Amino acid sequence: MWAFIHKLGSPKWFYGISARLSPWFWAAAALLIVVGSVWGLAFAPADYQQGNSFRIIYVHVPAAFLAQSIFVSMAIAGFVFMVWKIKVADMAAAMMAPLGAAMTFVALFSGAVWGVPTWGTWWMWDARLTSMLILLFLYFGVIALRGAFASRDSASRAASVLAMVGVINIPIIKYSVDWWYTLHQPATFSVTSRPAMPLEMWAPLLIMVLGFYCFFIAVTLMRTRSEILRRESNKRWVRELAGEVN
Amino acid sequence: MPNSDPHLARETDAVRLFREPEGGAGVAIRATLKRDLLLLMRRRSEVLNPLVFFALVITLFPIGISPDPELLATIAPGLLWVAALLAALLSLDSLFRSDFEDGSLEQLLLSPQPLPALALAKVAVHWLLTGLPLALMAPVLGIMLALPAGSYAVLALSLALGSASLSLIGAIGAALTVGLSRGGVLLSLLVLPLYIPVLIFGAGAVQAAIFGEGVAAHLAILGALLAVALILAPWAIAASLRISING
Repeated sequence: MWAFIHKLGSPKWFYGISARLSPWFWAAAALLIVVGSVWGLAFAPADYQQGNSFRIIYVHVPAAFLAQSIFVSMAIAGFVFMVWKIKVADMAAAMMAPLGAAMTFVALFSGAVWGVPTWGTWWMWDARLTSMLILLFLYFGVIALRGAFASRDSASRAASVLAMVGVINIPIIKYSVDWWYTLHQPATFSVTSRPAMPLEMWAPLLIMVLGFYCFFIAVTLMRTRSEILRRESNKRWVRELAGEVN
Repeated sequence: MPNSDPHLARETDAVRLFREPEGGAGVAIRATLKRDLLLLMRRRSEVLNPLVFFALVITLFPIGISPDPELLATIAPGLLWVAALLAALLSLDSLFRSDFEDGSLEQLLLSPQPLPALALAKVAVHWLLTGLPLALMAPVLGIMLALPAGSYAVLALSLALGSASLSLIGAIGAALTVGLSRGGVLLSLLVLPLYIPVLIFGAGAVQAAIFGEGVAAHLAILGALLAVALILAPWAIAASLRISING
């Protein structure tokens, strides 16, 4: 167990193992997303209330899942970095943040587009839209803080602390926004009170969610690999890789 | 004769200097409280500026929206809470700044006393001279915004409770950005999203008081948020201060 963690902490070992793993994740992501979107967009039955506009769920929900999961992964990576000083964890956390912010934006944007046919407006102060917006600001905060420090070590540790503080606050923010929304609920049709989805509708959704997770892992591995090369560019093994040393 | 040798005597003096003071952490916390209170009382503008800012922002709203008392009364709870929150935020940047610049923050970190406790003492002073005055001043501004009667006590109470959480959460951001030369805007970017739960329940308490509903639930949740912040924030502040000093 400990030997494994120590190995994982070595950028060189991680670089090797991730090279072998990432093609599998890319392949799985491509397969699942293609199957899920074709099934969801072309073959799943239309919703009896919303018609075809409900199909945006196949992008919206996976993006929203990832938006929250990436923040949690970032905080876990930050914790691992702070406790065991594993540099790879921090590199991964740094690489996850922009992807998480992008996914939050995708979830918000697809939610806004979905709002036009269902609510008749681009934006509603719906509880879930609002907490997603706050999550986007949390991502911006972590990214901005990391960029503000001159020393990389301070930047890494500060971003880790902020990610951990943020992850404790996410459930608190989520529940308080829910409470706030129920107190101020305007008289509109809610999409939450729809009957449960039939199998033909949620199976492609599940496939899309899994595909998005594989995509996230593949992108993080790829970006972490290039970050390892960038940060370790003075190390002997990287220079050997580049053919500078024989 | 143990004290006859002058070298030995000098050594015991030196040892005494590095020994923990009598009373341990309690003495250090009281000393930090006293020092920060004294410093802030001597720089009165730092205490007064957030209050003036609060009054000014509240003045802007009737001018910008409408002087109609009925309209103002409906939005007054939110306006007062948002303006107080921004005023508290404005004062955060100076929480550790001067200590960082004159080096006393480093001494605080070097001291053998638990840093979270000392940080908590500093935050307590910040709340005492920022959050509490804002809470006491809010009812006066509430009169000017035609806040319905019966909600004034709740307004002050919710602000007093809530601003303590705001000071604790904000101090994490202040500690993270104290080493940066232009941390002000970044500080608000880090801290404002974390302020949202406090704002929801603080403004909600005042709304509930206006509508004649029970305010106990809102105030209880504000108290719960404060309890969680009291337990967790000092550790985060201490860790952030160490990052800012070492980097």
